[in-house]
Amino acid sequence: MTTATRPAEAPLVHAVNVMKSFHGNEVLKGIDLDVRRGEVVVLLGPSGSGKTTFLRCINQLETIDGGRIWVDGDLMGYADKGGQLYRLTDKQIAAQRRDIGMCFQRFNLFPHKTALENVMEAPVQVKGVKKKDARKRGIELLERVGLGDKPAAYPAQLSGGQQQRVAIARALAMDPKLMLFDEPTSALDPELVGEVLAVMRELAASGMTMIVVTHEMGFARDVADEVVFMDGGVVVEQGPPSEVIGNPRHPRTKDFLRRMRAEEEEQAEAVAAALSVVQANIAGTGDEAGDAKATDPAAPADATPATTPSEPPAERSGD
Amino acid sequence: MSATTSARPDETLRPGRIDAKPVRHPWRWVAVAVIAVVVAMMVSSFLTNPRWDFSYAFQIMQQTPVIRGLWIGTIGGTIGSMILGVVLGVVLAVMRLSDNPVLRFVAFVYTWFFRAIPRYVLLGLIGVGIGFLYSRLTIGVPFGEQIATAVGIDRDTFTFFGLDWNAFSSTIWAGILGLGLSEAAYMAEIARAGIQSVDRGQTEAAQALGMPPGKTMRRIVLPQAMRVIVPPTGNETIAMVKDTSLLIAIPITNELFFQAYGFGQRSFKIMPGFVAATLWYLIVCSILMVGQHYLERYFGRGFGAPSKKAQQQLSKIEADH
Repeated sequence: MTTATRPAEAPLVHAVNVMKSFHGNEVLKGIDLDVRRGEVVVLLGPSGSGKTTFLRCINQLETIDGGRIWVDGDLMGYADKGGQLYRLTDKQIAAQRRDIGMCFQRFNLFPHKTALENVMEAPVQVKGVKKKDARKRGIELLERVGLGDKPAAYPAQLSGGQQQRVAIARALAMDPKLMLFDEPTSALDPELVGEVLAVMRELAASGMTMIVVTHEMGFARDVADEVVFMDGGVVVEQGPPSEVIGNPRHPRTKDFLRRMRAEEEEQAEAVAAALSVVQANIAGTGDEAGDAKATDPAAPADATPATTPSEPPAERSGD
Repeated sequence: MSATTSARPDETLRPGRIDAKPVRHPWRWVAVAVIAVVVAMMVSSFLTNPRWDFSYAFQIMQQTPVIRGLWIGTIGGTIGSMILGVVLGVVLAVMRLSDNPVLRFVAFVYTWFFRAIPRYVLLGLIGVGIGFLYSRLTIGVPFGEQIATAVGIDRDTFTFFGLDWNAFSSTIWAGILGLGLSEAAYMAEIARAGIQSVDRGQTEAAQALGMPPGKTMRRIVLPQAMRVIVPPTGNETIAMVKDTSLLIAIPITNELFFQAYGFGQRSFKIMPGFVAATLWYLIVCSILMVGQHYLERYFGRGFGAPSKKAQQQLSKIEADH
């Protein structure tokens, strides 16, 4: 990894020994990562492992304390003049970010602008595209994410899944070389996750270079070219999904995947338990319905692992 | 709960339409009675005391100096000082939130000073005090006049801009300057609260799209901050209408209350003068309150319940869909 300070046949993203602390708390302890053009990289790891921070470092939403990040040959955030680094101005950093699209966990659509205005904003204001052209392109992009019928809707009038799809269209409007996804489906109701993942799958298939922080194992398994497992601010294991997810070598990876699977199963169990209660309620008539109500408080007790998914895995990690 | 469920099978026993007696509110009737007595007393005073002299109050309201005072002093003064106050206030708020410690400090000192000075004192200071120090205000090279005199050339050589302060201070512009400077200190705090109320994710989203900081502030943050800024700014505007009556401290005589009161005084009919001014203030403030309602609706778009127009558009889109 230390072969070149400046890559010649450069991968699109070339990160070397990236370090970052928040108030003395070391979050990233020397991350190395190369992402080739057209590649989809999924960052996995428990919360607090630093994957979101690393993603935010790539487009300089966080400044790094050590290491270097190049995107398409540009050193992010600094100018290197004969070995001495000079911090770039905010405007220069803004210019570096133009080619990097990002989608946030909480969508962050502009609430005072309609879906179409959200998509048009950056091309018109940053690139100086004519409004007419930006509108045409915006409608195309909204159609691409399946929202061609909602250009006039304000974000508050859209579901979470629809908002995230508008956010993807907004990022694509800048014709980015690279797309960063920061847990794009974590804030969504379960039934809305699929529509966002479908758009991301289509995007990956179209050859977009993507770095995705997610807990969606199915997406990682099917779409990722490379899976990077992070824990405690370091890369623990990385490789194709068949290896990292299918046949993990490191115990921490194994443990994490076991917990994820257990969570999924528990959720499925909880759903099944809740369903049976509901079915009993529907089936019950007259006095029997009263009985079903009496069992009602007991049912959530069975399902507690689902409502607080982080706790049982913690017990399991002790094994 | 279970009683209603168990009652379900028997159709005839199911409870029907609710026909309950409403809660009684005896104290409301007591309050109505008290208010009725007070109103009757006021009406009695209006009818029986000839000193109210409403017809004379209406006459005062229509006098040319009063109308001119209303337009120039009250309305002109309010508009001018609020424009100055809002623009300067937003600039101060942005300075206060900037990374630059010098700008932060300057904004803090400004706000501290102008919030602590009563408007009446400030207006007197601008109208009389500065005129006492400098009859003519000039901007140029520091010590320019002294250097020019010493060298023996025209003493205005190093002066770029001059203003006869004593002439200036009797115009409405001096009042707008004083009230606007004072207002900016309050608007700075309001604008700062507005800017801080915008979610940090909005700035990040704009940054991630490659928007430079200035544009992010103008296009993304400030429009959303307006939702929080507009209601208190409306209150400030209404308060400013009333504060224009302080312009006499400068002194500016072309002002509603001074003129209306003057008419009452000169004809020994004090109360009609007050009534005339009061009615004009009521009219102006009522109009402003209506305007405030529409402004709030405009800047609230995209938040909370959608407007009727947006709802119609949406239902149309969904019908097409």
